[in-house]
Amino acid sequence: MRLIRLILLCLIMPAAALAQSFEEIARALPEGSYDDRADRVSALASSGDPRAEALLTALVGGDLAVLKSDGRLVIVTDGSATDALSGDPAGSVTRRDVTPVRVNNNLRGHVRAALGTLGLVAESPAARTRAAAQVEAAPDPAQLSALEAALSRETDTKARDALEIARASVLLVAPDATPDERAEALALIAERRGAAAQVRIRPLLSDPALKDAARTALADIERAEALRGWGLTLWQGLSLGSVLLLAAIGLSITFGVCGVINMAHGELVMLGAYTTFMVQEVIRTHAPGLFDWSLAIALPLAFLVTAAIGIAVERGIVRRLYGRPLETLLATWGVSLILQQAVRSIFGPNNRQVGNPSWMSGSVEVLGLSLTWNRIWIMLFALAVFGFLMLVLRRTALGLQMRAVTQNRAMAAEMGIRTGRVDALTFGLGAGIAGLAGVALSQIDNVSPNLGQGYIVDSFMVVVFGGAGSLWGTLAGAFTLGIVNKLAEPLAGAMLAKVMILIFIILFIQKRPRGLFPTRGRAVEG
Amino acid sequence: MTILNIDSVSKSFDGFRAINDLNLAIDKGELRAIIGPNGAGKTTMMDLITGRIRPDRGTLFFDTTHDLTRLDEAGTARLGIGRKFQKPTVIESLTVAENIDLALAGPRDVWSALRGPHGKSAVKERARLLDLVRLPDPDLLAGALSHGQKQWLEIAMLLAQKPRLLLVDEPAAGMTDAETMRTAELLRSLAGEHSIVVVEHDMDFVRALDCRVTVLHQGHVLAEGPLDHVSRNPEVIDVYLGR
Amino acid sequence: MRLIDRNMTVFLGGLFILTVAIPLMQGNILPGYAIQLAGKYLCYALLAVALDLVWGYAGILSLGHGAFFALGAYVMGMHLMREIGARGVYANPELPDFMVFLNWDSLPWYWLASGSFAATLALILLVPGCLAFVFGWFAFRARVSGVYLSIITQAMTYALMLAFFRNEMGFGGNNGLTDFKDLLGVSLSSPEMRLVLFIASALALAGGLLLARAITASHLGRVLVAIRDAESRTRFLGYRVEHYKLFVWTVSAMMAGVAGALYVPQVGIVNPGEFAPANSIEVVIWVALGGRGTLAGAALGAIVVALARTLLTGWLPDAWLYALGALFILVTLYLPKGIVGALGDLRPARKQSKEVPA
Repeated sequence: MRLIRLILLCLIMPAAALAQSFEEIARALPEGSYDDRADRVSALASSGDPRAEALLTALVGGDLAVLKSDGRLVIVTDGSATDALSGDPAGSVTRRDVTPVRVNNNLRGHVRAALGTLGLVAESPAARTRAAAQVEAAPDPAQLSALEAALSRETDTKARDALEIARASVLLVAPDATPDERAEALALIAERRGAAAQVRIRPLLSDPALKDAARTALADIERAEALRGWGLTLWQGLSLGSVLLLAAIGLSITFGVCGVINMAHGELVMLGAYTTFMVQEVIRTHAPGLFDWSLAIALPLAFLVTAAIGIAVERGIVRRLYGRPLETLLATWGVSLILQQAVRSIFGPNNRQVGNPSWMSGSVEVLGLSLTWNRIWIMLFALAVFGFLMLVLRRTALGLQMRAVTQNRAMAAEMGIRTGRVDALTFGLGAGIAGLAGVALSQIDNVSPNLGQGYIVDSFMVVVFGGAGSLWGTLAGAFTLGIVNKLAEPLAGAMLAKVMILIFIILFIQKRPRGLFPTRGRAVEG
Repeated sequence: MTILNIDSVSKSFDGFRAINDLNLAIDKGELRAIIGPNGAGKTTMMDLITGRIRPDRGTLFFDTTHDLTRLDEAGTARLGIGRKFQKPTVIESLTVAENIDLALAGPRDVWSALRGPHGKSAVKERARLLDLVRLPDPDLLAGALSHGQKQWLEIAMLLAQKPRLLLVDEPAAGMTDAETMRTAELLRSLAGEHSIVVVEHDMDFVRALDCRVTVLHQGHVLAEGPLDHVSRNPEVIDVYLGR
Repeated sequence: MRLIDRNMTVFLGGLFILTVAIPLMQGNILPGYAIQLAGKYLCYALLAVALDLVWGYAGILSLGHGAFFALGAYVMGMHLMREIGARGVYANPELPDFMVFLNWDSLPWYWLASGSFAATLALILLVPGCLAFVFGWFAFRARVSGVYLSIITQAMTYALMLAFFRNEMGFGGNNGLTDFKDLLGVSLSSPEMRLVLFIASALALAGGLLLARAITASHLGRVLVAIRDAESRTRFLGYRVEHYKLFVWTVSAMMAGVAGALYVPQVGIVNPGEFAPANSIEVVIWVALGGRGTLAGAALGAIVVALARTLLTGWLPDAWLYALGALFILVTLYLPKGIVGALGDLRPARKQSKEVPA
């Protein structure tokens, strides 16, 4: 009997392969050797028939069976049977009513692989791409035929790409692939998949035919990854630099023109951040639709608030301590304490929520790096503020007066410049810029009464390093310190990196006590 | 025997040439007057000699052996170069006596300073100097002195250092005619034992000094010689009268 | 300048009286913790004297003196930790609790000397002294002064704060060193020890004042005044300004270290917050309030402000920072010579200069 069946099968199978329908193949599943069943499974999977998935899933789960009563193929779930081919219910069954279609582990693996290829013939290109990616993640030689069949039919480029990569990763693990096929597959994977390919390629190092190619591919990938790593560090450093630039530039101008260090600078930044918070609160409760405009509204408001405070401090305190920079430092520290406590009393000591408008959320892929939009905008904003200040300093009358006072106050006064007025306006400008910085920083940092304290020491460092009063110095100082900080971080951890930078600056001051771009001239040196 | 040799010295500040190929030699015991319009580089020259700044080019030698470009202000002072400033800078919150004590020649290191001032000989020297500059009250706060008196105190301090080379920057500024004459006499009497370089504008004062004169212009020596000779030099006349 | 002048006499006299009176008044007129509190104030006063030495006399506005105070405190704290021995939570005779918690198996090399009290005493002077010496050598040699110098002293204490926050440094991380039991075998919470520490603080303050006065009354003190008022001129007089600054800076740092070392057994804890830049800035206002350049005034200022803080944070906690901020502004605007300085101005003008007006 068996022999006849075998002969019959051998005769039928080729014919079946040519003209058999889905139903015929399915019905033949319970019969034949496990190898035969494996072939049938593959055929079912690549048929494109929508019933294949449920059927094959049932098969692998041991839920596919033949009804003893009428020989139908059914799927058994929780005691009730469903016709595997028509989908009609077939009544409730117990174990005695059905003969399960047996599978062994090999076959199960085969079925799983086949299931993986189901998606390859799905309706939408996106689904096909996803399926191809799944195959690539867990390649099985059994999937090769399905892949090649799908490839021959595929028209969508993205899906094609994914299928080619999937095919290559299968070839790498296929025992009967030719060396040439495998070399080609290796090259394709290395080229297209970058770092993710490393895990595929590493096992090949032990393959005598491919190990050289594998080694080269791995080295190339490592190099590309290293470059990516540098790129990421560079971006993070530039981003930090732009934050430092925003925070420090107001301080630098004030120090350069007025010769005083405003210890309340950090608190002015903090007030800018809280202004943003207030604006967003008002918008949230009264005009939620305006949320995306919240920053545009907050910016001028923050500028006005902090500039006003700055001018008040200058008139009320700094002016009276003219010529005594150390006392001014102390007095403005007092202002800083008062501002901190005032904010704490009004808003509470905890962090407040400031959200990103939609155009600042999310990220974008640039050269293989994922950059967040908020930092990109902050970088652009910092450069815009810098540009604006450059314009003010170089093209406006006030700017000219500011520069004159920076370089030689006595002479400027002799020439009729009202140095008192220049001082007040400069202080106000520096304070206003601090407010703008606060608006920007609210987007990436926690808003709390201590916000300013986190930036004041860093701002000092930028000013000392770059040279007080020099815009270019602040720019160079901010970006240098940002990049150096980020370079040191992976080596030494965030805190130690900060410590090293502080030590570096203390040593740097030895050589250049006035910073990178000092304001020069005999009057200053005297 | 030269006490000071300045050879081919140049110094620029941010592109502005303050000193331009300056050559100057002062003999031991000589009294020399340096004159020149404002911005001629006189103060810069003093800064270079005392080690406050370094030249871009050239050499400065003290007593032919000491390279002044390697020393700072304290170093040149300890060598024996004393400077009196144009604007009298005395220590206002200390008394006249204390100011002179500070200047008295002696060890300048921290440990000596801890142990105390210089002892009996110091008191005598102080008295002598005070007498010389006619400042009677040693316990007066230096800040309470008049401008002219501050000038005299500074001269006393200068002498207290027992310098071998005195650099005196506009000593007659703010002084009365009588005081100006006294100063000139004093400087003349000091010459010989000390070498003195005086920078001045006041032509009467320079005449009273009766010494060799160097005219400085744009950081460079324009002319050198006795005052009469120099004041007849056409280039010098040009520079002073302008064109 | 006499060693003991009028201000000094008044202050030392007052100090003596209080040292005797406070222990007697504790429990009846004063609260039970009066001795501890007073001891703490005296340590602050010593720190203020240390700052006045460099600020009032050499013109160095240090915004990082708290770092030297904190270092002295940590050195003493380390010894106190070692004295806990096996009585800690983890009962490890060798290692303090936090090290056991970090899974360390032996003391790092920099803890080895802390078992010995004598070594600790030496280190209290040496650790802040060496830091000050190295820092000062670099800073003064480069002629960094004025605001720039103040900023980098801030940076110095900030860097130390960040460093000490790290657990890996081996100083207890952000919890610091605490849970001390006793010193030299005597329990820290016993009344005898409290009294001893209090008297030691008073003696240290007196000693510090006298030492500072000895320095400033000497010829060196006059050089310092010259440096403060006319640094450049002083150079031209032949003085190596850097050396003088370095000298007082180092002495001052050691004094601050002693203050910190006496402070920590009285408050029972030292943590990296001691290095906070804000703490160092507050010391400046103590000196400014009391009278910069008067030494005794600085000590007085520290005690007044510390007392004010204790009282205000008890009655109106929120008001304290407003008060402190206002203090900074008002003192710099209206009381530039501080209390003692202003009092000095009230006396008839004399030709004799004993006190150096700042």
